[in-house]
Amino acid sequence: MSQNCPKISVENISKTFDRIKALKSLSFSIKRGELFALLGPNGAGKTTLIKILAGIIPPDKGKVLIDGKDFFKDISKFKKEIGVVPQTINLEPELNLEENLLIHGLIYKMPFNKIKKQIKKVLLFVDLWERRKHRVKNLSGGMKRRLLIARALMHEPSILLLDEPTVGLDPQIRRRLWELIKKIQLKGATILLTTHYMEEAEQLADRVAFIHKGKLTVIDTPSNLIATLGQYAIDIYTKEKRITKYFQSREKAEKELLLYSRENTLVTLRRITLEDVFFKYIRSEL
Amino acid sequence: MKGFLGVYLRELFLLKNRAFKFILSLSVSPLLYILAFGLGLGKHLTIKGIPYLQFLIPGLIAGTTMMQAFSINVEINISKFYLKSFEEFKCAPISEVEYLLGEVATGITRAFTATAIILILAYLSGVKPVINFSFFALIFLNTFFFACLGVISAMLIKSHADQTLITNFIITPMMFLSGTFFPVENLPPFLKELIMYLPLTLVTKDLRKVALGGQTVPEDFFVLSSLCLIIFLLGLKAVKYGRD
Repeated sequence: MSQNCPKISVENISKTFDRIKALKSLSFSIKRGELFALLGPNGAGKTTLIKILAGIIPPDKGKVLIDGKDFFKDISKFKKEIGVVPQTINLEPELNLEENLLIHGLIYKMPFNKIKKQIKKVLLFVDLWERRKHRVKNLSGGMKRRLLIARALMHEPSILLLDEPTVGLDPQIRRRLWELIKKIQLKGATILLTTHYMEEAEQLADRVAFIHKGKLTVIDTPSNLIATLGQYAIDIYTKEKRITKYFQSREKAEKELLLYSRENTLVTLRRITLEDVFFKYIRSEL
Repeated sequence: MKGFLGVYLRELFLLKNRAFKFILSLSVSPLLYILAFGLGLGKHLTIKGIPYLQFLIPGLIAGTTMMQAFSINVEINISKFYLKSFEEFKCAPISEVEYLLGEVATGITRAFTATAIILILAYLSGVKPVINFSFFALIFLNTFFFACLGVISAMLIKSHADQTLITNFIITPMMFLSGTFFPVENLPPFLKELIMYLPLTLVTKDLRKVALGGQTVPEDFFVLSSLCLIIFLLGLKAVKYGRD
């Protein structure tokens, strides 16, 4: 297996549910050790793609290759390579942390002697070892999210699929999870992250892709995507709406800002973010 | 078979954590049946010369073990529709055989726990059924069949409401009509013909025979084992359908 071969290749994947095309001939690849973020509004097709990559549902058309090999031809073998952190907290609330992880270890066919060691390792990693005997229902939302990550890491997968892992969490806990995700990437895992938090993708991802109505619109690094608009933006607030203008330099942006300020219009200067790029592409698709 | 152990252990941990409530809920129905039908209504009643309570206990064991084995579908539905923990099994490299056997083993465990409780209640009521290998083998086949049926129904249904329909239209009528509380021979001929071929009727009839010191018919074991094999194969198909 060549080191240059992408870890994951998605080739012309399509999926339809009840005549609704959830994914339309999607193609992209993720390099080994890369953190790839998939951004899109609700209903864009992110979760459907995660479910296909996790082996939960097959695509109607197209292929998924892991290390250049067809994922759906040897699905049992490849499932051991993949850890999934779902959007919904699907832990057993009545069981304690150790029990949840033990079951996961068994259904992933881990050797008995390794399960115990791995439970300690992953719980220490997500800082939940002290709570190992607590029932999951008594954990906070952030702790449950950390436990989901620990569970996904139990069988030491080389690929981690994170489906909106920080949804509904407060900013402090979200940042803590970001640190955790970066740490996992540094250990060598290839990560696919879906999110609709632009800041999250900007902070974490090596490359991002925008998905909208089941189609990929653009793939690049966050900095390259931002550079397509410039560096600075001014937001002009009128009675009817907000207008944003983009500039390559701060000087040009400040000049424009002064013009509007003289007209007694509310106007603010800021750096361009991934969110600006996202809205530009998604709007052009609407 | 680590996958089997994973599925089975999950259910055992859940039972362990709710042991008190579980045992209490298992005791209520049999106790009520024994009090109402056995000691109340049937105190001075005999059927074919057998005191009614003695007649009732094997039927109660057959009916209750059927209910307990089938009721694993409730746990599966909770994991499918509410907790979403069934998704974890969908992601895992676990085979249909392992999953089905894990759930069936849970049904069997629940059913044998219920049997132990009914036997204790029977002894306390002064009834001492004969317990031997055939007695346990019949309960095993009964629970295996209905646990498979429970998994099949859980895999096929689309909502909790569908589950209630299956229980109301199939399981509850079987509990009452398959010879649990009265001899099937008392039913109208057309209904009797239909009921005679139900697996629970066969188990109730043979279990009663064994409990009263008689011998079972070997052909019945063959029929029940064949039914178990057929429903197990259907169960594998249903699990595959449920996962996809």
